[in-house]
Amino acid sequence: MPRPLSPADGAPARPAPLGYAPAPESRASVRLRPAYGLFVDGSFTEPGDATFTSVNPADEQPLAEVTTATEADLDRAVAAARRAFDGVWSRTSPAERGKYLYRISRIIQDRARELAVLESLDNGKPIRESRDVDIPLAAAHFFYYAGWADKLPFAVPGVPAPRPVGVAAQVIPWNFPLLMLAWKIAPALAAGNTVVLKPAETTPLTALAFAEICQEAQLPPGVVNIVTGAGGTGRALVSHPGVDKVAFTGSTDVGREIARAVAGTGTRLTLELGGKGANIVYADAALDQAVEGIVTGIFFNQGHVCCAGSRLLVQESVAEEVVGRLKERVTRLRLGDPLDKNTDIGAINSAAQLARIQDLARAGREEGGEQWSPDCPLPGSGYWFAPTVFTGVTQAHRVAREEIFGPVLSVLTFRTPEEAVAKANNTPYGLSAGIWTQKGSRSLWTARRLRAGVIWSNTFNTFDPASPFGGYRESGYGREGGRHGLEAYLDV
Amino acid sequence: MSDHTTAQDAVPGRLPVPKTYKLYVGGAFPRSESGRSIPVTAPDGRHLAHAALASRKDARDAVVAARAAFAPWAARTAFNRGQILYRIAEMMEGRRDHFAGAVVDALGVPRPRAEEAVDAAVDRWIHYAGWTDKVAQVLGGANPVSGPFDNASAPEPTGVVAVFAPQDAPLLGLVSVLAPVIATGNTAVVVASESAPLPAVVLAEALATSDLPSGVVNILTGRTADVAPALAAHEDVDALDLTGAGALAADLERAAATTLTRVLRPGPRPDWWALPGLGRITPFLETKTVWQSVGR
Repeated sequence: MPRPLSPADGAPARPAPLGYAPAPESRASVRLRPAYGLFVDGSFTEPGDATFTSVNPADEQPLAEVTTATEADLDRAVAAARRAFDGVWSRTSPAERGKYLYRISRIIQDRARELAVLESLDNGKPIRESRDVDIPLAAAHFFYYAGWADKLPFAVPGVPAPRPVGVAAQVIPWNFPLLMLAWKIAPALAAGNTVVLKPAETTPLTALAFAEICQEAQLPPGVVNIVTGAGGTGRALVSHPGVDKVAFTGSTDVGREIARAVAGTGTRLTLELGGKGANIVYADAALDQAVEGIVTGIFFNQGHVCCAGSRLLVQESVAEEVVGRLKERVTRLRLGDPLDKNTDIGAINSAAQLARIQDLARAGREEGGEQWSPDCPLPGSGYWFAPTVFTGVTQAHRVAREEIFGPVLSVLTFRTPEEAVAKANNTPYGLSAGIWTQKGSRSLWTARRLRAGVIWSNTFNTFDPASPFGGYRESGYGREGGRHGLEAYLDV
Repeated sequence: MSDHTTAQDAVPGRLPVPKTYKLYVGGAFPRSESGRSIPVTAPDGRHLAHAALASRKDARDAVVAARAAFAPWAARTAFNRGQILYRIAEMMEGRRDHFAGAVVDALGVPRPRAEEAVDAAVDRWIHYAGWTDKVAQVLGGANPVSGPFDNASAPEPTGVVAVFAPQDAPLLGLVSVLAPVIATGNTAVVVASESAPLPAVVLAEALATSDLPSGVVNILTGRTADVAPALAAHEDVDALDLTGAGALAADLERAAATTLTRVLRPGPRPDWWALPGLGRITPFLETKTVWQSVGR
């Protein structure tokens, strides 16, 4: 059978390297409303006058109409969060707060398949990832922080009675929509805060499904409010005078803008921003495993990952071999229908993001890099970009410096460990890095010297609710996950 | 011959040798490259000295020195940093009278009160000397992740910290903001109290004899507003402590946003005499989390 391409591409089916039958996940579990209002004070408003369309990036078909929140809507949402904070949530016993979070976690597990399908529809990511990574991790995150709610005296050393901050404004990106929601809402609620969260404009649907889950869990009205809209809505939310705390995950440029906006206001701020992660492969690495790690590092979630290993630093003596094996492996990746269970690479999330990736790839070619992709037919509709490897790249090239946020890997080489570290740290970012070696002492030597918040040794892109995540330098400040993740939401 | 007698009385005895108060940058004591100075007076209006009036260029030189000193200072063992902080306390104790005189001049407080402030400052170094090799255990630890991984988080120093020392506590306040910054391996560019900078220069003299590597602490005197914008916007400054920045704080925080420089905002007026918690340590730390794959 041909690989599962969209029927719309019309081209005659080509023989696939491996014959997989299409294995599409059913969309039947997803119940979408034609139009969504905002989730404020425990209930959905009527869809507003101004709406936008959330489309399926794999076929450009509309999924639902979503409301653009006005400033008056934000006022109502922030006021509802304040009322809930003062009136209910700060008076709810910590153990009971935790039980609400446990409930939410269980309902996410109950509705896991529906949420996975919805996430893949709205985001374009392969069902294998939404089903096996995004949704289970989101449930686990709520379960993890649920247990912290009645243990806050142990959360921050030296602070025996920490208090919540108040109302948190949270703005999240489109790359892991429900998971980023969980990273924001779970620690905030566990610490006793109430929230107003804005999902990204291209991926609002699982956040709106989460609003239903809050209702189902009988969470007191106003504790969680979900407002939708684009950048303007986000800008208004983070600079709203009624919020005590802003948490943002997204691009470094927007992060700077938010940091400027809150300067002098006293509003607390945590930022999880961009990255240009180095993935260092030493000559003594287990190369087959390293190649798998390189693939996971850059092609997981189409490379829409702030901690992606987008710079491969490979020791010169094995560079040719590693790049050869890598290309062979990438040739076997299956790009296509996100809902197909065999798909490795799904759709790029939006036309705008596709244009950014294309622009940077063009710059890579123009600056002298050698661009390679497997012979990989792209579906005729939707937003697609073939997995891409740039060789002949120097540290000065834009593809090696700027965050691409797409399935594009730049390959650089090094001779000595010192050179590897120097090149890895030669970036204004500092979110993640990978190390591949079988020599334990070299792994530890390297890990010590890398200026990044998350270091993966002989693994890459692994995540866990118990593991703090966040960057150095222009990758932002604050941590999400683990005990450290609570500090952003406690007044200490 | 009354005239003769008067002339005899005017013959000088030994002339005291007043000190030139200079900057402390990269382990040396330069004057400002600008050649400028600023008169320093006691609260009663008495002229005390001319302090160097640091320029933006001096601030940038200090950042260069602090950046160069960062990697080796951060790489020292925590135990060694603790020993050096303790050594600073020893050096201060040996100059107790000198420091007390500087505090009396700076604040106009009675001598016993100044001596208490010096003692508290000495003890503050000792307090933070003891933190150097405990912070990682208190703030870091193992994370029980689901999977075949060892996962641990540990704090690391942020880098170069520009410290705006409190204006009204020129010795105890200064030590209270500086010690927690360098204890964990950061290096510092300190902007001393504008109106009372002399205790900071005396401190620099103690630091210079304390085995503290050159450039770990750099001290600027002069007008805060002259050097603050250059420091806040400097790409090689990783964090700001705005405790003594006063009305400049919001603008400096805005400037820091361009490179996502970490900011400790000025809070309510601190009680410098109270035992500090971790509140001045954690803002200048990054958390590094390392996943190690486990297998045979």
